[in-house]
Amino acid sequence: MVRVLIPSGAPGLNYDKAALERGLACKPDIIAIDGGSTDSGPAYLGRGVSKYSRASTKVEWRGLMEARAKAGVPLVIGTAGTCGTDSAVDWLLDITREIAVEIGQSVKIAVLRSSQSNDYITQAYRNNHLHPLPNAPDISETRLQKCTNIVALAGAEQISTALETGADIIIAGRTTDTAIIAALPLMRGLNAGAAWHGAKIGECGALCATNPQSGVVLIEFDDSGFTVTPMAETSRATPHTVSAHMLYENSDPFILYEPGGHLDVTHAEYTALDNRRVRVTGSKWIPSDRYTVKLEGAVLAGYQSVLIALLRDERYVANAKKWVDDIKVKCTAKVVDRLGLSVDDFGIELRLIGEDASFGELESCKDAPKEIGAMGIVTAESQELATEIAQMLNPYLLHHPLTSEEEQPTFAFPFSPAELNRGAIYAFCLNHVLELSDPMDAFSLEVMNFG
Amino acid sequence: MANLGAIVEKVRSKNAGPFWLTIDIFCGTPRAFTQIRDGLSTERVAKVFAVPPETLKRFEIPSLNVLKFSLPRPETQGAVADRDMHGASWAALLSEVKIN
Repeated sequence: MVRVLIPSGAPGLNYDKAALERGLACKPDIIAIDGGSTDSGPAYLGRGVSKYSRASTKVEWRGLMEARAKAGVPLVIGTAGTCGTDSAVDWLLDITREIAVEIGQSVKIAVLRSSQSNDYITQAYRNNHLHPLPNAPDISETRLQKCTNIVALAGAEQISTALETGADIIIAGRTTDTAIIAALPLMRGLNAGAAWHGAKIGECGALCATNPQSGVVLIEFDDSGFTVTPMAETSRATPHTVSAHMLYENSDPFILYEPGGHLDVTHAEYTALDNRRVRVTGSKWIPSDRYTVKLEGAVLAGYQSVLIALLRDERYVANAKKWVDDIKVKCTAKVVDRLGLSVDDFGIELRLIGEDASFGELESCKDAPKEIGAMGIVTAESQELATEIAQMLNPYLLHHPLTSEEEQPTFAFPFSPAELNRGAIYAFCLNHVLELSDPMDAFSLEVMNFG
Repeated sequence: MANLGAIVEKVRSKNAGPFWLTIDIFCGTPRAFTQIRDGLSTERVAKVFAVPPETLKRFEIPSLNVLKFSLPRPETQGAVADRDMHGASWAALLSEVKIN
């Protein structure tokens, strides 16, 4: 039997302290938490930074470091700092070092790094070791060389190697969400289908139960299956909440690909043990012939400035589409004329918030809104240029009339300065797997002591 | 004719990685599940999202009274033309589909 205590879906999302205490009383063998995801977009990977507040992360991570010391078991975090690049790992390492000093803990840390060099991945591409996944973007050597960050997603093998060092805390770069939970049950030779399935159910903490924001869940793994128990008094796991979690952020609710094989839960059975615990059996793990790890990469996609004007005048609200279309034509012509640019060198997009900003032409509801936010998005190859173009767009959004005969109108700007300079923007550019002959080939492990 | 959203318990949408979107229709009861399963064709869903029907994956899960659709993201998550970073709003388009 292996008990894995999962405090929440990520440090920064908060967890119920009383529930964590209850979890510690259940004598877990390991505390595991996922620290990241691609879900907040390409900028975090592109820049190699965390999306969560450092202060929030520190408060919650301190609580987990104290829980680890109390339980005397390893604490493992996967995808440190949202994106799991080496820089994000170093960010969490700094926080860990500060906390160790502040609370007087002496800890052995294993650091698993997942960042990939552009040259290593380019060479793998030349050697046909990169394979596209469904709906992968086109890649080329030039594109791979331009990535600001590339990470490989570690699986259970690399986490096991880190655990074997006997470290108190394992800080891992990019890993699959599940690997940090599945690793220990797999190392102990327990049922592989249950290890991966239980890991998928637990990866977002109590999201597989009622009162999901309480965070803490305990997964008990054994030879034939696993048991899910949420730790907050107000939280209940039912066969419905547990099996429904397989739908979450999964394009296929029955199959989950991982390094070294895939999980198939088609014939899994979910049974209520009582009104808050669920037992799951019948999950299958199918090993693959070759060992692959998924890659994520981001490239610079330009620089942006954004302007927002609010329309409340009835006539302008009713004719907003016509108004922004006219602004786009006139402002584009002005940019071409005054900056000597070609229309392909920059982008001006105007989205009407309140009308169709969510879906554009797919919007099916045509009800008249009371007010509209006109959001101008300028994209160009430098921030200076994006700002310059936004400043040309500014007078249109402030004063552009629907007809030349009418008195000059003025529209509401919420801010001064009006333009919001977003800086560099990024694009995801890889949806591929990398074939490895040894799971550690693309990863490195370092052990250090703090305090 | 009623809106799909008025018949079912909940519709939610989310990214399934940066390159895929997934929409879960929690029907709530076997009766609503049958009504949606029979009344909402894959072609109809493809039309709502303006994508080729063959790119859609359809899952019918009677044990959960769930109908699930997954599709390649029309714009990659976070691309300049992407309007919805988390794929959060796509559920609303399906909620407003009329069902017999």
